[in-house]
Amino acid sequence: MSLDPSYIEYPKRREGYDHDYYEWSNIHTRAPVRWPEDKSVAIFLCVSLEYFPITPEDEPFRAPGHMVTPYPDYRHYTVRDYGNRVAVFRMLDAFAKAGVKASFAVNAAVAERYPKLIEAVQAGGHEIVAHSTDMNGTIASSMSEADERALVGDALARLEAATGEKARGWLSIARSQSWRTVDLLKEHGLSYCCDWVNDELPWRFRNGLANLPLSVDLSDRQIVAVQQHSAEAWAQMMRDAFDWLSDEAAAQTSARVLPMQLTPYIMGQPFRIAALEDLLTDLANREQSWFASGSDIVSSWEAQQ
Amino acid sequence: MQEGAADPGLYDYHPYNNRKKITWPEGKTCAVWVAPNLEYYEVDPPIGPHRKPWPKPHPDVVGYSYRDHSNRVSHWRMADVMDRHGFPGSVSLSVALCQHHPEVVADGVSRGWEFFSHGIYNTRYSYGMDEAQERAIIEDSIKTVQDATGQRIRGWLAPALTHTPRTLDLIAEYGLDYTCDLYHDDQVQHVKTASGNLASIPYSLEVNDHYGFNVYGMAGREYADSLIKQFERLADEGEKSGTVMCIPLHAYLIGQPHRIGPFEEALRHIAADPRCWKARAGDIIDSWRAQQ
Repeated sequence: MSLDPSYIEYPKRREGYDHDYYEWSNIHTRAPVRWPEDKSVAIFLCVSLEYFPITPEDEPFRAPGHMVTPYPDYRHYTVRDYGNRVAVFRMLDAFAKAGVKASFAVNAAVAERYPKLIEAVQAGGHEIVAHSTDMNGTIASSMSEADERALVGDALARLEAATGEKARGWLSIARSQSWRTVDLLKEHGLSYCCDWVNDELPWRFRNGLANLPLSVDLSDRQIVAVQQHSAEAWAQMMRDAFDWLSDEAAAQTSARVLPMQLTPYIMGQPFRIAALEDLLTDLANREQSWFASGSDIVSSWEAQQ
Repeated sequence: MQEGAADPGLYDYHPYNNRKKITWPEGKTCAVWVAPNLEYYEVDPPIGPHRKPWPKPHPDVVGYSYRDHSNRVSHWRMADVMDRHGFPGSVSLSVALCQHHPEVVADGVSRGWEFFSHGIYNTRYSYGMDEAQERAIIEDSIKTVQDATGQRIRGWLAPALTHTPRTLDLIAEYGLDYTCDLYHDDQVQHVKTASGNLASIPYSLEVNDHYGFNVYGMAGREYADSLIKQFERLADEGEKSGTVMCIPLHAYLIGQPHRIGPFEEALRHIAADPRCWKARAGDIIDSWRAQQ
């Protein structure tokens, strides 16, 4: 049996992408970007604050890190809660000690349930980025437009009510979007999302929304939980990345972003946290580094466009 | 191949001991070729009956944009590292990249790289194609690469490693010299086809960066170390009869900032070894043929 003839037809085979979301651009030939005080590597620390209901939902898909065992999965529910009760405070202390600012991607449910945690995040001068409702709030094209609009609207309204601030940034769970998400985020007044991992500088969709790439490869979930490396090996990778990016930025007299996504219940464990503390101290002392919130990175970039 | 037979009859058994001596130019013992995969994955490809292109409903934002990193950022990073240590690329090309991002293809051409076909897109699979459909993608590949690079393709790596029982016979009939789809040897080997003169060139899965990072979950430094060990062993064994080491790459993997530095150190090490012949795939086939 042969394949349908359309299988070897290519209606989108053309110059540029096979979609209209954004334009192609080569980072190495773009107009140079510089960060404030002529820093060359912006470090985008992004901490995920997640609430996993013990009643997981599989539509449109089950979030990474969600419940695993048959109900009730105390093991995974409580380990994730450990992140929000204990581990995140280790991280906040580590950030304060190193004098660095971060962005916290917060499920609306976390903000509602744990106001004292939000107080501590805000007292530290960190940014709050919208991160859906809770870890059942995943997005994919299989959901209806009405459902997706309601999800985004609900997440933003609840987050604002609980934090007293309007988020500028959005991170989808598992960075998963539908065909409509970019427009829905714009429609809801957001300035940027972090879902597309194709670049090492911010860039703009055709509809005006910015994207600040937050690498999966460089996340603690990928390196420690999936690939099962130690925290020390993770920190070595971050140093290797920083060294490469600062050399490349110097050679091209332009700037780069080093994204570092952290998950409290992963990197905030007692035996891992020292590797993070040492890394932050080391990188904060490098003359090329600028630890900045997502919002500050996007604003600095926008001002140079 | 012998369709339906337990042994597909692709080649004869040819044990590694007591082989005829192959000598690479200037007495080198290991031919090292670097194979960057320059790919294009469609955001919304048709879903055929044999394999799903993306695990998520389209658009699979992470899957798509991860690979897009190659064509915006990491291709040049990887290519500059190769240039600095004198390694030309032999490109496994999704030929539609010639239309989508001609700048990337032109960059490879300007560096003196060789191009072979890796199908039209890495999201269109050959499984289930009839002969006319398969001829169409081969002819499309020959013409597209000729138009974009001036080169006639000499090799084939099946799109996403998807085959039909007639693929090897067809590419041999069209005059292609090598296939990268057979993993049975560390030396070039003759492949049995209905017509033509086809050889298999070692193109490794085990030291492919995709396996290193996505399958084995290696750190960049571990992967770099595995390349050095692979080279050292093959260069030693190549004293008896010349071996081939392929370094198959994907820029979006090897060109990530935490991996490219250790990779450069591995290339520096291999390039500095006098036993290393930095070659293109076609050069290796030509030298091997001349010794048959």
